[in-house]
Amino acid sequence: MDLIGDAGAARKTLVTMWTIRRFEEAVDDLFARGLMHGTMHLSIGQEAVPVGTCLALSEGDYITSTHRGHGHCIAKGARLDEMMAELLAKETGYCRGRGGSMHIADVATGNLGANGIVAGGVPIAAGAGLAVKMRGGPEVVVSFFGDGAVNEGAWHEGVNLAAIWDLPVVFVCENNHYGMSMSVSRAFRVKQLSERAAAYGIPGVTVDGNDPQAVHDVVADAVTRARAGEGPTLIEATTYRWKGHSKSDKNLYRTREEIEQWRERDPIARFEQRVADTLGEREIQACRDEARERVRAAIRAANAAPDASADSLTEAVYAR
Amino acid sequence: MTAVAEQTRTLTYAEAVREALAQAMTADDRVFLLGEDVGTYGGAFGVTGDLVHRFGEERIRDTPISELGIVGAAVGAALAGMRPVVEIQFSDFTAQAMDQIVNQAAKIHFMLGGAATVPMVLRAPTGSGTGAAAQHSQSLEAWFAHVPGLKVVMPATPADAKSLLLAAIDDPNPVIVLEHKLLYKQSGPVPEEATPARLGEAAVRRTGTDLTIVATGVMVPRSLEAAETLSGQGIDASVIDPRTLKPLDAKPIVDDVIRTGRALLVQEAPRTAGFMAEIAAVIGESPAFGHLRAPITRLCGLDVPIPYAPQLERAAVPQVDSIVREATDLVRRW
Repeated sequence: MDLIGDAGAARKTLVTMWTIRRFEEAVDDLFARGLMHGTMHLSIGQEAVPVGTCLALSEGDYITSTHRGHGHCIAKGARLDEMMAELLAKETGYCRGRGGSMHIADVATGNLGANGIVAGGVPIAAGAGLAVKMRGGPEVVVSFFGDGAVNEGAWHEGVNLAAIWDLPVVFVCENNHYGMSMSVSRAFRVKQLSERAAAYGIPGVTVDGNDPQAVHDVVADAVTRARAGEGPTLIEATTYRWKGHSKSDKNLYRTREEIEQWRERDPIARFEQRVADTLGEREIQACRDEARERVRAAIRAANAAPDASADSLTEAVYAR
Repeated sequence: MTAVAEQTRTLTYAEAVREALAQAMTADDRVFLLGEDVGTYGGAFGVTGDLVHRFGEERIRDTPISELGIVGAAVGAALAGMRPVVEIQFSDFTAQAMDQIVNQAAKIHFMLGGAATVPMVLRAPTGSGTGAAAQHSQSLEAWFAHVPGLKVVMPATPADAKSLLLAAIDDPNPVIVLEHKLLYKQSGPVPEEATPARLGEAAVRRTGTDLTIVATGVMVPRSLEAAETLSGQGIDASVIDPRTLKPLDAKPIVDDVIRTGRALLVQEAPRTAGFMAEIAAVIGESPAFGHLRAPITRLCGLDVPIPYAPQLERAAVPQVDSIVREATDLVRRW
């Protein structure tokens, strides 16, 4: 898919990246004003990875997500009002107020869930891939995780299971350079995380995670491999989170200059330059406006929704 | 007798588990097994036996030694519409898989506001008595019973091993089935038909007048044997097996204690914060409290890791003679 030259694809890419950006800016603002509860893990600056990835997927394909999962959820097609309602602790939220930011899932669009446990979704993705393979279905599973996840046992066990069973799983590492405050240069000795693929006998590739076209292309290749029964691929998408790890982050572990350097590589601004000829300035502005209006509408709808009710609190512990 | 009797054969507990697995897999394509050495090896305790020849390597799936990955894969497969049954070779190894059991399987349905279910079963051989020492002999049921979202089952007879496992596979929730290793070779009548039990239904194994013994797992047959000895000494004991620790069927226990006025609670697991502390609290908070003629008494494993030497291992957990002694003391003293 040509995200640059094809006007429809370019528009979709840009609107979705802006929607993620505006959604998270709104969340940041609501939180700062004391209107949102809990904690938040924002992916501002990383928008190209979920958008490039999910554009390579089809309806029915699955994803597993992370604690920094708003972008994955939006890119996979979730409804913004239900996401915002969940974050605002409303009964109409995706999880009826039981999950919040870290547990949003939209099973209808194949999102098997954000996860508060780093690498927790990796073996789950392998299991979903196993289910697909046993059923003989065409679906693919994308497992999103951060660089912090690759040193957890669950990551190695999940990747290995997918590799030995040739499961239709694409492992997408959003290498945003910090596992909370631990920099990638201190956390592992390989130069590129994709080198780890060799240990499992699967292809590994590193890609510019601030370029949605580049992300899309490597994911599309991996999806083709997976659908053909050739097994998983490990993709490392290098990117950067502009904001802190979560709301408690004072950014003591990195410099202002470093953050500024990465802000200059803003995936959205870069993409707008690249599609200037395809879309034109007026259409680009329309994409920005559409994203802003979608987020505003979601906030309005969520604010009008009833608060999550404790009346049914104990009922959802067990399925019937 | 009746048709039920005609359809009942004598099977071992291990054979009963295998029959339940085979019947569930025959009835439902979504059911499959995964675990270490469950295929050609036949399972570390021989439970899966020749199932791989009947159902193939896709559905009787050998895994690498990766407990966390195995349970995680089961969670993902369950989320994507399958009905996985995991064998963890020794229940002790669930410690390796705890994140996927406790933080994923148990909580996903709730965290998602009911939008998804995790219909999986985790079977694990449990308990002491094989000389396998501290890392292969634990009784960890209280860990799991403490976690909202999990169901916990401890079958004590071959018939229950089959019907409770079938119920666990039918259940839309994650169910932990703790099979006692010493029971695998025990024989008993098992119905041929694939009739699941109801999770959350206690079994009154014996009805007496002098005291109520509540026991789980291998402590059930030990308590029944003790009750026979006690009977010879003029002490008439009830023996109640909760079968499902969670959800717990408290009523038969409470009702029986109201009749007998005495409760002896027997568990293999260490005493502190064990499951029988929960049963004691349930009795204490119930109308049975006013009928008690004696303090609620627990007979438990010692607060020690399970040792290797056979005489030490025996001393670490309740035996038939210690149950007899404790029951006699309870009835004579009060």
